[in-house]
Amino acid sequence: MLRGKGRRISFFDEMTGQDGAVRAPYRDYADWFDREDAARIQRKAQQAEAFFRTTGITFNVYGQDEADERLIPFDVVPRIISASEWRRLSRGIEQRVRALNAFLHDIYHRQEILRAGRLPVELIERNEAFLPMMMGMDPPGGVYTHISGIDIVRTGADEFYVLEDNARTPSGVSYMLENRETMLQMFPELFARISVREVGDYPLNLLKSLAACAPPACGGTPTVAVLTPGIHNSAYFEHSFLADQMGAELVEGHDLRVVDGRVAMRTTQGYTPIDVLYRRVDDDFLDPLNFRPDSLLGVPGIWDVYRAGGITIANAPGTGIADDKALYSYMPDIIEFYTGEKALLPNVPTWRCSEPEHLREVLDRLPELVVKEVHGSGGYGMLVGPAATKKAIAAFRAKLEANPRGYIAQPTLSLSTVPIFTKTGLAPRHVDLRPFVLMSPQGIRITPGGLTRVAMTRGSLVVNSSQGGGTKDTWVLED
Amino acid sequence: MLGKTAGALYWMARYLERSENNARLIDAGFRIALTRSNTAADEWRSVLVTAGQDYAFRQAHQDYHSQRVVDFMLRDPANPSSILSVIKQARDNARTARTYLTREAWEAVNTSWMTLGSLLRRQVREDDLPDVLAAIRQQSGLVRGAFAGTMLRNDGYNFSRLGTFLERADNTARILDVKYYLLLPSVAHIGTSIDNVQWETILRSVSAHRAYHWLYGTEISALKIAEFLILYKQMPRSLAFCCDKMNDNLGWLARAYGEETEAVRMGASLCHDRLSRPIASIFDGGLHEFITDFLRANAALARQIERDYRFVE
Repeated sequence: MLRGKGRRISFFDEMTGQDGAVRAPYRDYADWFDREDAARIQRKAQQAEAFFRTTGITFNVYGQDEADERLIPFDVVPRIISASEWRRLSRGIEQRVRALNAFLHDIYHRQEILRAGRLPVELIERNEAFLPMMMGMDPPGGVYTHISGIDIVRTGADEFYVLEDNARTPSGVSYMLENRETMLQMFPELFARISVREVGDYPLNLLKSLAACAPPACGGTPTVAVLTPGIHNSAYFEHSFLADQMGAELVEGHDLRVVDGRVAMRTTQGYTPIDVLYRRVDDDFLDPLNFRPDSLLGVPGIWDVYRAGGITIANAPGTGIADDKALYSYMPDIIEFYTGEKALLPNVPTWRCSEPEHLREVLDRLPELVVKEVHGSGGYGMLVGPAATKKAIAAFRAKLEANPRGYIAQPTLSLSTVPIFTKTGLAPRHVDLRPFVLMSPQGIRITPGGLTRVAMTRGSLVVNSSQGGGTKDTWVLED
Repeated sequence: MLGKTAGALYWMARYLERSENNARLIDAGFRIALTRSNTAADEWRSVLVTAGQDYAFRQAHQDYHSQRVVDFMLRDPANPSSILSVIKQARDNARTARTYLTREAWEAVNTSWMTLGSLLRRQVREDDLPDVLAAIRQQSGLVRGAFAGTMLRNDGYNFSRLGTFLERADNTARILDVKYYLLLPSVAHIGTSIDNVQWETILRSVSAHRAYHWLYGTEISALKIAEFLILYKQMPRSLAFCCDKMNDNLGWLARAYGEETEAVRMGASLCHDRLSRPIASIFDGGLHEFITDFLRANAALARQIERDYRFVE
């Protein structure tokens, strides 16, 4: 299972396949594109950039001057997924999210999976994201991951893999929505020719989904608020965008306090209770009384209100354990344990460096592998063997030997490509996909498509926006 | 609505108004500097005092050289009241209150910040200054238009208007505070021609030199100018006009919230106790005393609004 494929020369291109003939989902688009004037598309692409700037769809890069607001590059060529491909993907995603929730419930209750010996106990015990305080807690509506993002990569016509599960606070959904908005403004005629499934109802579905998880203390229509660390956070645009679209208040820690057993926000007329808090701050920062005492981002005492059923926190505290890359390698077992079915979407084969045999193999084959930090994200602190210098590999080897538990390794996947628009015409670039999944007691809802991230540099496999990656509009075709 | 959001809308409006007012002050100062080089330094000093930036300027510079004053007031990032700093704070507040702004209103503020940021990236040459100042005024016109045309007339809107008029009243009163001695009847001035250029400067700094002549003809008198700037309700930068508007906004909030706050009472007293009297009586009581008292009451009202509507904890 763990035989990596090493370097490949050819990649699967989602528009032209392996043989150069346009694949069916792209046919209508390709017809349109061939007849279109390249100069006009170029102009439109520039307009799109101006549109993103005036709208303020920018992000701050960590560690940079806050004056340095950047645009995430946007490419005008859509990434297109056929109806049947999407059916298959969404079944796999739904199964996975159900399993994740069942797993979280189990870990914070009877821990059957540990008793059954299907998962090493230390994976939970030594997991920094594990919250002992959540033991025995029943989050309102029984939902742990109200919002999740399941990252998917493709390596061939029929080969899809789940690359990682984002069960804390997956971001990027605002880009999915604004990308579609931009495409609709730039190329309305395309949407008249091609039937593309709607994504614009996401904010409303999010609101419904959150409201359906209102806590016992809620009487009447639930009050939903979005908790942001503030305007200097890199994802602030998204926080304000979602609050705005849902018609919810956008709050910061200093707007909130516990009043009469409820978490309440300071309005111009006094304190008003909040029922559901869609928090975009990490667990550690939620409650300075119960977690990090130096945090100014959260609400002192919110934990006690939560335990008493006074508020819903979305996602539930402690979901980060499912986000862990070491745990990821057990996902196929987890899915089987809770659903009784084989995983519909496979994992990428993963070496756990904590296991001596795995580590030995990884060290042997370092130049051909991708090595990631177990708790890392955003494309930081990872090694892409085939793209790294000898010196970088040697340095990484030392890190790996010093702390094997902190890393996992995967074969360098030949990620599929989708063309981007360049000055010299279409050029293939590697992509991944983050579908967004909403969960409530009423069920699971997956927005058709999701956010396609694209590596803008030729040959690059890193699609993270913090590393210069861009995004595309993602189309799921109607049947 | 959140107290913080109300505060952000209020401060956003104050900062936008401040940048426009400062552009006008620079414009008036620049004219004098061009036409009367011997009094230019005095004039720049009074511009800086009016804008509340004299102390900070003197910390950084030796003399009131035109180019240095203009640069300091326009674009010095170390000067928290420079137009560049102020527009950034307006935009930060708009981001904080983003969910309460229409797309048009937000884009107008954001575009303003981008446009002025690129206009003020480099030092502005003297012959470009009128264009740059015009652009600043134009940007604030665009923001005002987007607000007037698209914003719901709700509490958020009323808080932003309160910020505008509080800041504007403060600005007009500060101009009077710095220049009041020109309006005092003095022995030396009796029978001599009044210093027309100075008068013009005062009127220009509130964009009202045409309006004044339209209203009062060619007669320029201290009493009339003071009356125009303090009591004349059709003049959109007069104290009476600003106070009227603030009372409208406070009254709206009192009705919507069903609560007459202390700020509502203070706003009413600002209007009735201080501005419901003829200009002669203001002069009798001492113009300087009147202005000092007004500035103090206006500032107290601002603090009370922050408290009553819970802008901060």
